[in-house]
Amino acid sequence: MTFLSNIWRNEKSREIIIQIFVLFCIGWLLSWLVMNVNANFKALGKDISFEFLFIPAGYDINQYLIDYNNRDSHLRAGIVGLLNTGLVAIFGIILATVMGVALGIIRLSKNWLASKLAYWYVEFTRNVPILLHILLWHGIIINTFPQTRQAINFGDLTFLSNRGFYLPKPITESGIEFVYLCFVISLIFSVLFTKYAKKKQDLTGIQYPVFWINTAVIIILPSLAFLLSGLPISFEIPVLKGFNFRGGLHMSPELAALTFALGIYTAAFIAEIVRAGILAIDKGQKEAAESIGLKPSKVMNLVILPQARRVIIPPLTSQYLNLTKNSSLAIAIGYMDLVATLGGISLNQTGREMETMVIVMLIYLSVSLSISAFMNWYNSKVKLVGR
Amino acid sequence: MSNNIVIAAVVAGAVGLGAGYALFSGQAPKTVEKETVTSAPAGAGTLDEVRARGKLNCIINTGLAGFAAPDDKGNWTGFDVDFCKAVAAAVLGDATKVNYTTATGKTRFTKLAAGEGEVLSRNTTWTFSRDVDLAQTFIGVNYYDGQGFMVPKSLGVKSAKGLDGASVCIQTGTTTELNLAEFFAGNNMKYNPVPIETNAEAQELYKSGRCDVYTTDASGLYATLMSFDNKDDHMVLPEVVSKEPLGPVVRHGDDQWADIVSWVLRAMMAAEEKGITSANVKELAAKDNKDKEINRLLGKDPLQGISKLGLSPDWAVNVISQVGNYAESFERNLYPLTIQRGLNALSKDGGLHYIPPIK
Repeated sequence: MTFLSNIWRNEKSREIIIQIFVLFCIGWLLSWLVMNVNANFKALGKDISFEFLFIPAGYDINQYLIDYNNRDSHLRAGIVGLLNTGLVAIFGIILATVMGVALGIIRLSKNWLASKLAYWYVEFTRNVPILLHILLWHGIIINTFPQTRQAINFGDLTFLSNRGFYLPKPITESGIEFVYLCFVISLIFSVLFTKYAKKKQDLTGIQYPVFWINTAVIIILPSLAFLLSGLPISFEIPVLKGFNFRGGLHMSPELAALTFALGIYTAAFIAEIVRAGILAIDKGQKEAAESIGLKPSKVMNLVILPQARRVIIPPLTSQYLNLTKNSSLAIAIGYMDLVATLGGISLNQTGREMETMVIVMLIYLSVSLSISAFMNWYNSKVKLVGR
Repeated sequence: MSNNIVIAAVVAGAVGLGAGYALFSGQAPKTVEKETVTSAPAGAGTLDEVRARGKLNCIINTGLAGFAAPDDKGNWTGFDVDFCKAVAAAVLGDATKVNYTTATGKTRFTKLAAGEGEVLSRNTTWTFSRDVDLAQTFIGVNYYDGQGFMVPKSLGVKSAKGLDGASVCIQTGTTTELNLAEFFAGNNMKYNPVPIETNAEAQELYKSGRCDVYTTDASGLYATLMSFDNKDDHMVLPEVVSKEPLGPVVRHGDDQWADIVSWVLRAMMAAEEKGITSANVKELAAKDNKDKEINRLLGKDPLQGISKLGLSPDWAVNVISQVGNYAESFERNLYPLTIQRGLNALSKDGGLHYIPPIK
């Protein structure tokens, strides 16, 4: 008995016992859940099978980044949906980041009106549920833009209507490879030049206008190649044929509404994160930087932002994850993302709700974990290095 | 030391998993039954469960004029709602004892399977895979429907074959998507699908001009059209591109319950055939009729096997007096939508409803 009570009194072994007990309970609960599902399915006369993934889906999808028609499998329909989710998430993240950073900095501006406008924007936007943002933007687009036949026309090239936005679609011709090659060369040059300039500055203190030189090279070299190889590009112009425009690039009102809604909603949160990050830097840092004669832009770029980034990145990651997961609300306006295809119509046609939901959950989980892993990697790059 | 802790913890977790598995796999059914008394997924005893609760749980549409829609007092009315009431009248003797649960096209089968209702009465198309693969029992057809197309008259289209390249609003979670894909592919036409979750939102998109065409079951199109302010500016195209036999659904596994629900439907149709209405049913039930089938239906003469259904002899009287026969329900709910009997007339009137004899 004393042996047992000694084990319990020892702090280390007590910790172990408690952890073992907790894990035991978790294992128990998990197996209970699985068995319960199994038993319920058996009672219903249903089985768990993933064969449905390989039978033809039978339905059409209005936006596909890879070839798809209704004879393709449910699996392929799911992949088309996943790519649509990815597309809107990327658009949304870009829009949210650009707007959010700008708004965060504006909110700290000394200009009363600018800072108040940013404040009102943040408070209004983040206090309205995201679903309403999505419905609002969709409603705005389909109700304010004209019908197809009265589409707003920009020189017979670009058309805006409530069926979406139609742009000329660039089509590459032979000779374009030379332009791509020059683009790659200019990218390599700019990386090498940046390294060289940094080394030179470390050694001699001489600064080159690295950004401007790189930009010039990246723009001018491929442009020259483009002209020399005889403009190897043509445009497919959208034309009104029958009920709708055909040809060209098409951005559906659903994609546009979803991008705006997700971007604008998430930007409000990012603005607050950026503001918090900047405010977290002691004002002594700014004063010190100013006292050695740095320009305000250099103070921001070289002193404040690199430090603020460490504070900003972990919560920013959460916002990116939120945006990606919020895109699943697309189903409300008929944007065919992963939830609408595999988790919606496929579920319905096959009745495999357990299987489709498990797949959809695992996919969202792995997408979120990948974003997390990337942001953690980036975070470790910018975090304070102990010397 | 910390390595040892991790190993010990993982081992413990595995042991827990194993212990749970061993325990539950041995007595799984028992545990499950105990856990899910209130929402038994299947099995016999549905009738007892409904009687013990004193109310029928019925799954209906989220809102489709004529089939299931709340009236101005907030009471659910409609053709599908009437059927819920009829089952309640037969089983509980009171047509008002129904709890309504609404479901979208997508959630309806899950809700039925999870035990949120005993009857799914929500214009559901009877198909092979729904019947067999989803483990459900379609107990009959109460409405023969087919998928149609609605367009604004200003579009100048007279036939569905002229819809090449159109944007089409679809209500998702139905057989509609498949019919649509097959119709357009079969006629070498292209289209742009805009899938929407509920009828209400799909209507909004159609009205705003986001789509050229709205497609769903023809009955749904007429119901939708009735809710428009400018009915005359829209038309339903003549083509019907699919067979949509709609009917109530119950879970697999309780034959007694499936029989009750299917014979409630047949009793309503038989009543129409025999001229029994809510107005004269009490009178006919009280006297000895020449037509013995009326006597058997109304409990005057013994109907062999009725006790096996667990129903009282006046079950059909309750249904007809409180809800009415099939024609009454049809006329009350669907005539206002300008829907004609058509295929839904009794076989003796040239329709498809042919009722097995009540013997």
